[in-house]
Amino acid sequence: MPDLGAYAFEVSLAYAGSLLALGIVIWASVARAARVRRTLDEAEKRWSNKNG
Amino acid sequence: MSFWEYANPRRFMAVTDRVVGPSFVLAGVLITTGLIWGFFFTPDDFRQGSTVKIIYLHVPSAMMAINIWIMMLVTSLVWLIRRHHVSALAAKAAAPIGVTMTLIALFTGAVWGQPMWGTYWAWDPRLTSFLILFLFYLGYMALWAAIEDPDTAADLTSILCLVGSVFALLSRYAVNFWNQGLHQGASLSLDKEENISDVFWFPLLACIAGFILLFIALVLLRTRTEIRARRLHAITLRERSA
Repeated sequence: MPDLGAYAFEVSLAYAGSLLALGIVIWASVARAARVRRTLDEAEKRWSNKNG
Repeated sequence: MSFWEYANPRRFMAVTDRVVGPSFVLAGVLITTGLIWGFFFTPDDFRQGSTVKIIYLHVPSAMMAINIWIMMLVTSLVWLIRRHHVSALAAKAAAPIGVTMTLIALFTGAVWGQPMWGTYWAWDPRLTSFLILFLFYLGYMALWAAIEDPDTAADLTSILCLVGSVFALLSRYAVNFWNQGLHQGASLSLDKEENISDVFWFPLLACIAGFILLFIALVLLRTRTEIRARRLHAITLRERSA
């Protein structure tokens, strides 16, 4: 860990907050992509079963 | 092959399927490299001390916040002029990424500003135009969510995007227009003058490249999701009417 001197709190806070925000947007995007894909697969299967 | 072939959702899905994964991996490698390099292996600035390390997050996120809105402007214009659904969905998909980037830029700027300027916030031209850009992002997303008909939503959000572009450009050039305010000049510019020392520049470059690739990966993934969601909506409507 580098010596951040008097600004250790500010630098750590900036990194923690930014990485958290990036993590949330990545997680939300990937989770929604998986959920929509799964639901669409089920709906397409249902639709093709019903309509041959 | 014409560029407009990508406006076909099927073609778009086929091409982007091969791009999303590698973009995520490359973005992860570049951001990790840039941040580790910048955080652990660069010296403190003689004036800013260790707070200079915040630059590796602040500059790429601020850059992306503006450029994502410009990308949304272009895709919105494509929607308004040529009525390609994929372009409207790409603009919709980009907004949550843009708002995240704007939030990171505002947050890291405030955290850096307190020890350097003695305040978290000032009504400086660049800071204020960035805050307005953030509010435009929120308004854009709220408008998409509020209107049920997707084509009407795409029309109205495209108009909002055109209006908001004034603030996107203003937040980029505010430091040049006004000489007042606390925010310093651009860290990156095309002039010949050295704005930033090489020791900070190379890790910053890695972070910028990483943020651009992360945006590409995320916007493609989210656009693919929007296309699938629209297909799901169509099937649901057909099932109800059958």
